[in-house]
Amino acid sequence: MRRWLAPLLALMLVAGPAFAVQPDEILKDPALERRARDISAGLRCLVCQNQSIDDSDAPLAKDLRVLVRERLKSGDSDRDVRDYVVARYGEFVLLRPVFGLHTLLLWLTPILVLSLGAFGLYTAVRQRPAQAKPLDAAEQAALERLLRERRRQDAV
Amino acid sequence: MLVEAGHFALALALGLSLIQFAVPLWGTRTNDPVLMGVAAPTALAVLACVGFAFGALTLAYANSDFSVLNVIQNSHSTKPFIYKITGVWGNHEGSMLLWVLILALFGGIVAVAKNAVPPRLRANTLAVQASITVAFLGFLLATSNPFTRVFPAPLEGQDLNPVLQDPGLAIHPPLLYIGYVGFSISFAFAMAALIDGRIDAVWARAVRPWTLGAWVFLTLGIAMGSYWAYYELGWGGWWFWDPVENASLMPWLAGTALLHSTVVMERRDALKVWTVLLAILTFSLSLLGTFLVRSGVLTSVHSFAVDPARGVVILGILIVFIGGSLALFAWRAPLLQQGGLFAPVSREGALVMNNLLLATGCSTVFIGTLYPLALEALTGEKISVGAPFFNLTFLPIVIPLLLLVPFGQTLAWKRGDLLGTSQRLLAVLGFAIVATLVLLALTIGGPVAAPLGIGLGIYLVLGSFNEIVTRSWSRGRGFGVAVQRARGLPRSTWGTVLAHAGVGVTVIGIAASAWSIETIATMKIGDRIKAGPYEARLERVVPRTGPNFREDAALMRVTRDGHEVGTVETTKRLYVTRNMPTTEAGILTIGTSQVYASFGDALEDGSIGVRLYYKPLILLIWLGSVIMAFGGAVSLTDRRFRIGAPVKARAPQTTLAPAE
Repeated sequence: MRRWLAPLLALMLVAGPAFAVQPDEILKDPALERRARDISAGLRCLVCQNQSIDDSDAPLAKDLRVLVRERLKSGDSDRDVRDYVVARYGEFVLLRPVFGLHTLLLWLTPILVLSLGAFGLYTAVRQRPAQAKPLDAAEQAALERLLRERRRQDAV
Repeated sequence: MLVEAGHFALALALGLSLIQFAVPLWGTRTNDPVLMGVAAPTALAVLACVGFAFGALTLAYANSDFSVLNVIQNSHSTKPFIYKITGVWGNHEGSMLLWVLILALFGGIVAVAKNAVPPRLRANTLAVQASITVAFLGFLLATSNPFTRVFPAPLEGQDLNPVLQDPGLAIHPPLLYIGYVGFSISFAFAMAALIDGRIDAVWARAVRPWTLGAWVFLTLGIAMGSYWAYYELGWGGWWFWDPVENASLMPWLAGTALLHSTVVMERRDALKVWTVLLAILTFSLSLLGTFLVRSGVLTSVHSFAVDPARGVVILGILIVFIGGSLALFAWRAPLLQQGGLFAPVSREGALVMNNLLLATGCSTVFIGTLYPLALEALTGEKISVGAPFFNLTFLPIVIPLLLLVPFGQTLAWKRGDLLGTSQRLLAVLGFAIVATLVLLALTIGGPVAAPLGIGLGIYLVLGSFNEIVTRSWSRGRGFGVAVQRARGLPRSTWGTVLAHAGVGVTVIGIAASAWSIETIATMKIGDRIKAGPYEARLERVVPRTGPNFREDAALMRVTRDGHEVGTVETTKRLYVTRNMPTTEAGILTIGTSQVYASFGDALEDGSIGVRLYYKPLILLIWLGSVIMAFGGAVSLTDRRFRIGAPVKARAPQTTLAPAE
């Protein structure tokens, strides 16, 4: 029940072969193909549910895979390819969101939770021994005074 | 007739749940044992009613009663019998009914387990649990009635979604739901404690087996789902950070934290407030998981429910229970007394670190899953949060946690000694480092992550068993004595050791997946392709007809260095009724490694597209999960938790007089 719908739609729409990366797409240069696969794994198939174009059988994903490979062949860097795809399809296409004002909370939550938790623990640890802290000079004096008073009263 | 009776039984169960909610609560308020006593029998009556309703629906499926809408939509007369039964929960209405059935089942078990839970706590717990039953029965009856009739009845049904016609998916939902719903008991216990403003080691001892049981099932459920995705989806992935997977991972992470914090509470009477909060959060995340999957909010294929009215009702339930419980927590938690001091370096300290890291990991998954939804709802901006985000944020949290595990197990309670602990772990650490270095040297040029991860896994496995060794072996005594002592260790210790070793085994499997090799090719009969050390030759492609599908099966012979290892058969199926194709991967298991073949499509010239994978040690991922669950089960059989087991009479404790 995971993500069969997109591949299915793809199958229903096109009668041709439906397969994630197809044999005819693969680039001859293994280094370039490796880069293409890495880039593809980080790009979202826009018509699928949380699936990268590398995994998807949808025709749109195939178009994007071919596009990525064409850009790589024409000498683009990985970053150029990603920028190109984002310019065409928007930020939604990136499976790893950019770090920006609108994603600040997303990226910082792990650090925030960890540091808040650590801070809470630190204060808890600091506070606890304080409960059993020995009395300081003034408190000691006050205690002795009270005790003396009590003894005097008892004596009366 | 039976169908109407089933519907009626659900309505009756709703009424009974209302009684189970109100009367015992009144009883505990007024200290009336008779009113409190109402809880257990009504819980059993609710179970009987819901069980009857579930049986009625199952019978309608078994007999292919196409006058019932739910059966029409999800069954077919030619469907194999086993999938007629599992089809009962392969749809929204049926799976919600299963949810309620498991809820009622847990209520019934609490009701019967007389010795495990003190009566007052039991009355409150069952009342809180009934409130959940009321909400979900109401939801079921109002928006998702599985017993709706159709007139005139069609001759044939529309069949079950083909990807659900699989043994893996047949048992995945029940396992997962037992896990989710099992945490409702921990939640009910927490609420009961807050209502009474009383919480102690007895509470922790009572709540732990339920948490442990739920955790065992959730672990198995997640592992099952992951393995299913691996072999059914046909591209060999096993975890996708899909929102629906995350929905089950979040309660698992919180539940794991809860499991560890109840240990501290039971042993040392500390972390009370935190434990109560975790119990609330764990079940809240289970509810959230149900909401995410059932409401259609993800617009995901997982959501069989596309009716937004259902989404709104589940959201309402979510808000009432999470909001209500957190409000009760804020109001009553200050009443709970803190106790049990301990030094930062101690087993408790390590368990606190465990909780901190698990909570951070859980929040990371939470924000990653819900942030895109929230951002789109608030600003209309659409972003995607996928696997690369989670790998980048979740792994740095989990790795320190894993490194900590053997230390935590070795540290003493109350006040530990870091130097001594490190010394006791020296052999383990040394062995793991040497193993990592050897693997690195052997695989120069390969991915570095694999040897490092495997080293971590070895460290975890050995580190876990180290506890047994240090607790049973002593210099000068013979081996026999050590074995005897090891056998005498409590089951919960063995459970811990096994569960932690299971984590290590899973880590090894995950790390080794960096070595997996993929080959994509177009093949004609007689062609050979290689993946890693294995070579596959396409022998034949034959068409076949199954009970409710047609398929093309490709048979491949797998060899290694010219010697035959076995055959794999991968098929491309077409389910006739729904006109839906699926791919059945062909898997050849060699030890814990697998050769995995997946059928693309037949081309006009008679050749077929094939993906061949070599996946070394891949089975360890799920084997480790099963060991984890097994460890949990072993822990559950510990004398302390055995329901009704005679408790050893304790020597009367002499309480120290408080110092003047």
